[in-house]
Formats: sequence, C-alpha cells, structure tokens
Amino acid sequence: MTTLTDPPKEQFRLSMLLYDTRYRSATIQVIALIGFMLLAAWIISNTIQNLEGLGKPIEFGFFAESASYDINQRLLEYNSQDSHLRAAFIGLLNTLVVAVLGCITATIVGVFVGVLRLSNNWLIARIMTVYVEIFRNVPVLLWIVLAMAILIEGLPAPNAFRGDNPTATMDLFNTVAVTNRGVYIPEFLFSRSLGDIHLFGTSSIRFDISLDLIAFLIVLGGSIFTMRKVSAWAAAKQESTGDRPKIWHIQLGILFVPMIILLAALGFHLGYPELKGFNFRGGTHMRNSLIALWMALSLYTAAFIAEIVRAGILAISKGQTEAAAALGMRQGRIMRLVILPQALRVIIPPMISNYLNLTKNSSLAIAVGYMDITGTLGGITMNQTGRELECVLLLMLVYLAISLSISAVMNWYNNRVKLVER
Amino acid sequence: MSDVSFVRTEMLPEQAPPASEVGAIGWIRHNLFSGWFNSILTLVSLYAIWYVLSGVLPWIFQSVWNANSLNECREIMIATWGSTHGHACWAVINDRWLQLLFGFYPSHLYWRPIVSLILLLVALAPVLYSDRVPSKMLIVTAIYPFLMPFLMWGGTIWGPIAAALGFVVGWGVYTLVSKRLSGLFGMVAGVAASVIWWLVLSSYFVGALDSILPIGIEAVQSRQFGGFMLAILLGVVAIGVSLPIGIVLALGRQSDLMIVKYLCVGFIEFIRGVPLITLLFVASLLLNLFLPPGTNFDIILRVMIMMTLFSAAYMAEVIRGGLAALPRGQYEGADSLGLNYWQAQRLIIMPQALKISIPGIVSTFIGIFKDTTLVSIIGLFDVIGLASAIRADTAWNGIYWELFAFIAALFFVVCFSMSRYSMYLERKLQTGHH
Amino acid sequence: MKKSVILGVATVAGLAAAAATAGTVDDVKARGKLNCGVSSGLAGFSLPDANGEWQGFDVAVCRAVAAAVLGDSSAVEFVPTTGKTRFTALASGEIDMLARNTTWTFSRDVDLKFEFAGVNYYDGQGFMVPKALGVSSAKELDGATVCIQTGTTTELNLADFFRANNISYEPVPIETNAEAQQQYLAGACDVYTTDASGLAATRATFENPGDHVLLPEIISKEPLGPLVRHGDHEWGDVVRWTLNALVSAEELGVTSANIDELSAGTDNPEVNRLLGTEGTLGEMLGLNADWAASAIKAGGNYGEVFAKNIGEETPIGLARGLNAQWTDGGLLYSPPFR
Repeated sequence: MTTLTDPPKEQFRLSMLLYDTRYRSATIQVIALIGFMLLAAWIISNTIQNLEGLGKPIEFGFFAESASYDINQRLLEYNSQDSHLRAAFIGLLNTLVVAVLGCITATIVGVFVGVLRLSNNWLIARIMTVYVEIFRNVPVLLWIVLAMAILIEGLPAPNAFRGDNPTATMDLFNTVAVTNRGVYIPEFLFSRSLGDIHLFGTSSIRFDISLDLIAFLIVLGGSIFTMRKVSAWAAAKQESTGDRPKIWHIQLGILFVPMIILLAALGFHLGYPELKGFNFRGGTHMRNSLIALWMALSLYTAAFIAEIVRAGILAISKGQTEAAAALGMRQGRIMRLVILPQALRVIIPPMISNYLNLTKNSSLAIAVGYMDITGTLGGITMNQTGRELECVLLLMLVYLAISLSISAVMNWYNNRVKLVER
Repeated sequence: MSDVSFVRTEMLPEQAPPASEVGAIGWIRHNLFSGWFNSILTLVSLYAIWYVLSGVLPWIFQSVWNANSLNECREIMIATWGSTHGHACWAVINDRWLQLLFGFYPSHLYWRPIVSLILLLVALAPVLYSDRVPSKMLIVTAIYPFLMPFLMWGGTIWGPIAAALGFVVGWGVYTLVSKRLSGLFGMVAGVAASVIWWLVLSSYFVGALDSILPIGIEAVQSRQFGGFMLAILLGVVAIGVSLPIGIVLALGRQSDLMIVKYLCVGFIEFIRGVPLITLLFVASLLLNLFLPPGTNFDIILRVMIMMTLFSAAYMAEVIRGGLAALPRGQYEGADSLGLNYWQAQRLIIMPQALKISIPGIVSTFIGIFKDTTLVSIIGLFDVIGLASAIRADTAWNGIYWELFAFIAALFFVVCFSMSRYSMYLERKLQTGHH
Repeated sequence: MKKSVILGVATVAGLAAAAATAGTVDDVKARGKLNCGVSSGLAGFSLPDANGEWQGFDVAVCRAVAAAVLGDSSAVEFVPTTGKTRFTALASGEIDMLARNTTWTFSRDVDLKFEFAGVNYYDGQGFMVPKALGVSSAKELDGATVCIQTGTTTELNLADFFRANNISYEPVPIETNAEAQQQYLAGACDVYTTDASGLAATRATFENPGDHVLLPEIISKEPLGPLVRHGDHEWGDVVRWTLNALVSAEELGVTSANIDELSAGTDNPEVNRLLGTEGTLGEMLGLNADWAASAIKAGGNYGEVFAKNIGEETPIGLARGLNAQWTDGGLLYSPPFR
C-alpha cells in the first residue's frame, strides 16, 4: 500500500539564492539595486563633501535675485531687474520657439527634398543628393556658425537704407526690412484694443494674453463651428435629395464677415518698420541669431528627414503606384493620396528622433548668441552666480522634460496612424 | 475575305530609333526635359549651379597661398587682381595646417598619431571587411586598445601591459574558480580579481618593472592633444569603449529582470534626453565634484568619459535594434540546445546581432565624430577651438571663410567616406538575407 | 577573497584622501610643473602661436611664477579656460592659478572664495563706434545695437550704465572677440563694448583703424589680475610677491639686460634684497634666494613684459596709461621688499 503524500517540503538553504533559478533572478536584481544605490550614495556624499569644501552648499535662493543682464530676443517682457528665474523662463521660451519653428521647416524642406531625390529629372535628383550629403556630413555647429556669418556678411546693414541714394531698399512694397541685424516685418496693431489679461501676477512665469487675440480666436472658432453645421446640412440635403446645394459662398461669408467686423471694431492696422535713429523701429524684429539658428538647424535636420522620407517612399511597393496610376490618378495625387499616407507609418518613428535631435541641437544657440535656456540659465546666470551644480542639473531636467514630452506626443500620434493589424 | 490587296511577306529591316530617343539627346530628353515643368526645373537648377560655381570657383582658385598675415594677403591680392573681394587667402591654412590637424602635439612625434591611425585601420579591417581580410588579423584588433593609448600618450610600456594583464588575471581566476565551484562564482571572482589588479596591484607592478627595465617612449600630456586629431581620438575612444557598455545596456533593457531593466532604461533615456553640451558642462564643471575630494584628472579624460557615456546610450539602442531584428527562432534554437543565457549570447545571439548592427554603429560613430566639435564650447582646442585661436591672432585677425571651409572639407571627407562604407555594408547584408 | 576587496577599496580611498592635503607650493614643486589657467585666445594677453607656444601678457605672469617657484620659466602647463570654466577649474584644483584677464570683484573674492594676488592690468569698459556715426558720447547711443562679449562682467556693467542713464539699447551677445569684430565691421551692431584694452587692440587690427573712435566714457573699473584659491595663503603670497617683484624691478631699474650684473651685488639694499643677495626673503616664501631674479629673467620686468606683449611697439599698441609706475602718474605701486 502506498499512500499519497505531499512532496517533501524543501528546506530553504542560502545556496538556493544562487543555484535555484526561481530565486537567482531576484538575487541578481537585489544585488544590482544595492550596487546602484551604493554608487548613487557614493556620488552624493562626494558631492556634498566637495561642496562643503568649496563653501557653496546647494541652494536655489539665487534664482530670486535680480539677473541684471538684458536679453534681446524675448517673447515676454523682461528687464535686467527681473530675477534669474524669469531669465531662465524667457530662455526656455526661446528654446521652444526655435525648436518648433525648426521642426516645422525641417519637415517641409525634408519631405520636399526627399520626394525630389526620387524625381525623374536627373539634374534635380543629383542636386538634392549633393545637398543631403553636404549637410549630413558636416557638423551642425559649423553650419550654425556659417549661417550666422552669411547673414552678417551677406545682408545690408541698416545704415545702407539711409540717405538719398540708399544702397539697399525695403522689400514687399516697403513693408519688410531685411538687414544684417535681422528681419523687420509688419506687426498687428489695434487702435481700440481690449487690453491684456495678466496671468500669474508678478511671479517669474507671469505673462500677458491679449484679449484681442482671444476675441479673434473665439470668433474664428464660432465661424468654423457654423461652417461645419452648414456643410453637415448640405450633406444631409444631398443624402435626401441627391442634389448638393451650392454652399461655398455661404461658407466664405461665414468665415470672413464676422472676422472683418471684429477687426474693424478693434481698429486693426499694420505697424510698419521704419528707419529711426540707429535702427529700424516698429514692426516685429526677428533677430539674426534666431534666423541663423533656425535656418541651420532646419537645413541640417532636413537632410536627415529627406533620407527618411526617401526610404519611406521606397518601402512602399511599386504595385501601389501602378495601381493608383491604373485608376487614372496623376503623379502628384498618387504621391499625396496613396504613397505618402502609407509611407508615413514607416517615416514617423525615425522622424521623432530627428525632432528630438533638433531640439537638443538648439542648445548650440550659444555659438551665435541666441539667448535660449543654455544661454541664460546655463550661460550668463551660471557665470554670474557661480552655481554650476544647480544650474546644470536644472538645465538637464528642463531638456529631459522637453524631450520626454516630444516623444510622448509623437508616440501618441504614431499610435494613431499606425496600421491596425487584425 | 479575299479583298486584301496587299500582304507584306517579308519583315521590315530593323531601323535605328529616332535620334531624339537615344544617345545623349535621348537621355537629355528623358531625364531633363520630359515635360514643361521638368524643363523649367532643369533650367532653374542649371542657373543655380552656375550662380554658385561662378562665385565659389574664382574664390577658391584665384587665391593667395603664401603670406604671413592677412594684411600681406590683402596686399598681394590688390597687387594681382586689384581688389581683395572674391579671393581666398589660403595662406592661413598653409601656415597653420599642421596645428589644425595635430593641435599642440610635439611636432617631432607626429608619427605616433599617424601610426595609431594606420594601425586603427589595420585593426578594423578584419571586422569591417571580414570576407576579404584573414581573420588572423584579429590579433591586431585585440592588441590595438592597449597599443593606441601607449602610442598617443607615451610613457612606460608597462602601463598598457599591466592593463592587458588584468584581463589575463581575470580569466585565470575565472577558470580556476569555476572548476572548483560554479561558473557564476567564477565570473564574480574573475571580475573582482581584475578590478583589484587594475586598482591596486598594477601600480606596484608597473612601478617595479619600470625601475628594473625602464622601456618607454616620450610621454605626451593629453592637454597637448588638439585639432582634428582630437576629434578622431574622442570619436574612436567613445565608440570603442561604449561598445561593451552598450551591449550590456542593450541586454539589460531586453532582460526579464525588472529592476535591471528599469535601471538600463532610465540611464539610456536620460542620456538621450539631454543635449551633449550639457554633458560636456558636467565634464568641465561637475565631474570633479562627483568624485572623492582631491581626485583630479584632466579635462580631456573627463570629456572622454562623458562622451563615452553619451555614445553608450545611443549604442545600446543600435544594438537593441540588432537584437530585435534577429528571428525569434535563433533564441529558441539556442534554448533547445540547452545553452545557458551567457553561452547563447556569446555563441549565437551576439555574433549575429552585432553583425547586423554595424551600419548603425558606423552612423553612430559619424554622429559622435561630428559632435566632438562641441568641445570647443568648453574651451578645448579641437579644430574649431583652434580656428578661434587663429582668428584671435593679430596676424590673422579678420579671416573667416577659409578656415571654416577647410574644417568643413575635413569633416566632409571623413564622414562621407564612412557613410558610403555603411551603405555598402547595408547592401551586402541585405543580399545575405534573402 | 572578500577581505581583499574591502582592503582594495580602503586603499583606493586612502590614496585619494592623501592626494587632497599638502599646500599648492609643495604640489607644484613635487609636480615640477605649474598648471596655469589662461584665456583660450585673446591677442596680446594669451594666445598660442603657430608652434603651439603660448604668448602674451597674462602668460608672462604664469611664466614668472613658474620661474620663481621652479626656476624654469618653461615649466608651465597652460590650461585654456573659457569664461564659464575658469572658476571651476581653479576651485577644483585643476589649475594652480588663474591668469585670465579676470576682473577683481567683491563677489568673486568673497562669495566665490578666491584670492586675488594683485592687479597686473588696470582696465575699464569702453565703447568703440564708427566715426561716420557722428557720436561723441555714450549717452547719445539711445536705441543703438551694442555688441558685447558674454561670460564677463561687461554685460552687467552695460545693463547698469544704460539703465542709470535711462536710455534704451539692444544687446547682441557674442562669444569671442573675433566674432564680435566681424559683426561690428559688417555693421550688424553700431557699438562694440568691452575692456578698453581689448577695444584698442581690436581697432589696431582693422584695415582702416582711423575710421573708428573710442568714446570718452569708461563705464567701469576693471582691475584685472591673477587669482588663486582662498585659504592657501602661502601660495597666494608666492603669486602676489612674484607680481610685485616684476613691478618693483621696473621701479628699481632692474631689467633682463642688467640683472646678471646687478645680481652680483649693488649699492642699493632694496635691489639686493629683491635679487636675493641680501636678506632671506626667498626663504620666508619657501623658495630659493634667487626666486625674484628668476622671475624677472623669465620675461623681464613689468615694463618689459608690457612693451613686448601689448606695448605701443606691438600690433596691440596700448599706452601705459593707468598702468604706468606711480612715479610716472600711474597706479602701479608695489609694496616695499623689506
């Protein structure tokens, strides 16, 4: 007779931590974690000890002190009496401005060049290849410096516009001045402005929102909403009667009439740049440093994007093009309606990393004196206060946050356009 | 049905295609003027090419090669062409090209970086052209990591030998211990033995042998490294050292061990999320703070460390791509043979994954190599830093385009040839798969 | 096995700790080299030439200190620093002294924990404008675009000056002097502001120097001098008195030409004390008796160094001005060697 018994209870032995695969992975992980924490503790204790030796314990109080330097290119008002934190915030906005502008331009140029590289026109395809190879194989720092030099040496100084026989004239019916200090374009002005809302009081991240802009956006939103209603009505009519009523003139009216009424009510006019004293006054001034950085970053990144786009297009089988051609579509429509939407799925993931690269490369702004966050927080503020640890760590955190948000947004978009596989 | 009046009974002789469809004219018609839009594009691009070349070519070729300062250059230009505009002053390159290439490396020792570079190519040949170069050459590849520092920095020969002996010691301990106890113990003991050797014993070893048998070559401070040589050195060191780190990180990221995985992911994403310039700020401003008080090593080593960490994160992603590209069957096959994790990695996974990663590694190298120019921002004399120093010199104050054209050409030649190689490799690998 | 790991770690920690002690003088002597932080490229003050040799006024201070401590003016490792890295390099011990046209300010001396060893050049921030602009005073610069070098005290002075005079301006921050010069000459800025010495030096290299004027306003005091870490007083004394020795040598008429003759002994006791033939000044500093003589031999006395690197005979072409001896109406006044 045999009785059914439980398997013998295994005694836990220490050596099982190593030899038993059930426990071994836990052991390795615990050891890795302890090792990591020891390393971190070692670095932190060294840092504290070193900082004590230097007599500069970590503190962030200096951020509230007055920065006492000026920043030329800024989106929000700022003067030298504002705090270091405010200066850092202005710098952060400048980083974002150049990153956003750069990403948009790089995408447009990149797609354009990538498509043209596959053009039937031999010459165009070769020129685009030369462009891509030259830009990809020379460091971006060099391009930034060169772009700045070209702007400075190639464009006229403001005093060339002066006098009875100026050697340079303003472009576009005297509304745009292109100088080697930057480009002056007309600005929007309202003679009966509604004023601004001041947000965040007097803190470092305070900013003003123009009520005119809000009113404009509300009207625009209302118009678009009505337009959608109208086209839904037209579609319903088409469903029921088979005739689609003509609505384009109604649509245009809905879009533009309220807008024009609003602008007239606010007293809208353009402010033109004018040569006064040393410089042009009035209008919106885009500094050379911004333009140079923007140009160099977008052209450099566009060369990479062009390659991605080309590879994406080549990845779509030729049958797709042929099928579309068989349906009688023209070349341009095939590209726009058949090839690009499919290529997009291949293109987007590497595109994300190029956007990230562009944003990170914008930190080279320091080479042309564009006051981005590396120039303010990681530049003058760090120099004047001598708080390297705090400034560099904060700088890294800011970039990390920007990078992670870009990846998050782009990954969300990528998931949306991804082919849903069954 | 017999009202057919004419039936051709013999074939027509084959006729030559019309002149407009073949030869140069046909090619031009098909490729340049195939429609009104293409014709306009062609004409516009021809004009653009002419415009650019007509400006640049005279500048490049109607130039001054021999002068001692910019002012002298300008005098010669005025004497020859009547104006200083539109003529390059290559005299600055003629005067300073050695400095731009080698930095402040002692001029009688220029042969050392050159030999290092040639040996680098020899060491890489069996890896990069594995089908044409005998695999015995891999010995050079194995020796190179120890030979290169010796050539570049000089000093006693026992240093690199001691460093190499560390691996021997580790291997010896591993085999000894793993025979007695288990393989895992052996590995831990081997690594520990190597670390102890490098940190503690090797300095006595080097000191003792150096006093008995002082063999060595003239030492060169790393501060004297500069110019284009520095860019190559930084790139090669960063990529070479980051390769093993990148492999470990990539395996960690793929691993089932949760904590290990998150540590690796955290490191990779952190490094990839911040710009290189902030890491260089860390190298120049903070790294000394993180180490025990009093430790100090020079800025070039610190930059090397940070660039290595930087490229390790990118390398990990490249190798992860290689691992992901391997068919699942390879892993399963390794499992079915009863290989353990490390055996499978060493014998089956890594050789294949690394091979498919080579194009990615080469493009990471190109990226790192271009990024080495950033060290000029923290005050190192790489090519761009030297260009600034030359421009600050009173003799060359005001010179601009010539220096940057020279630097751009240097980078272009090196990066372009590497990217061509990587494309060749990609093609070769693609045919191997189908 | 485990024991040896712990031992190893302990040994490494001990080695690291041992390296931290000992004064800079001993460190430098033990190393046989002086690590001197200089600017990475400023004509006349510190610049590597075609052979990689460092030249300039600040470089001469480094060489003099090396000669005083080690007896060899070439025993210097020059460490190029930027405006950002200079203080960290000094604080971390990467360099022993910093001679990088650094302005002596309260916060650098007190808050950043450095010690200025004296002043080797009295400077002030000025403005340069093209003559064609017709400006005669900085107060007429309302609305002008101003090129400034970042990473210096210059931008703070500028902000203060324009704020105090209640006039507006547009700053264009620029990394290097060469870059700034390019922008200024192309008309991308109306005014270039930096230390007056830098302006004069920059103007001297223009194709037509006569087309540009320096405005009369000097808006700041910029005493530039070598500095060392706070707290290491012996080392601070060495640097301070080496600088003073160069200044005194000029005042006493000791030059690199006659120093060998004078070292044999003179009737002037102060010269004798300076050159070490009388008294024990060198010993008090922990150096050789002929420390000052070596320092002077390295590049000559202050006047000779000035004339050779930035004086009126050089392309930089600076006049002595404030940097003349006190006996000639300048500010150079070395305490006595006694």
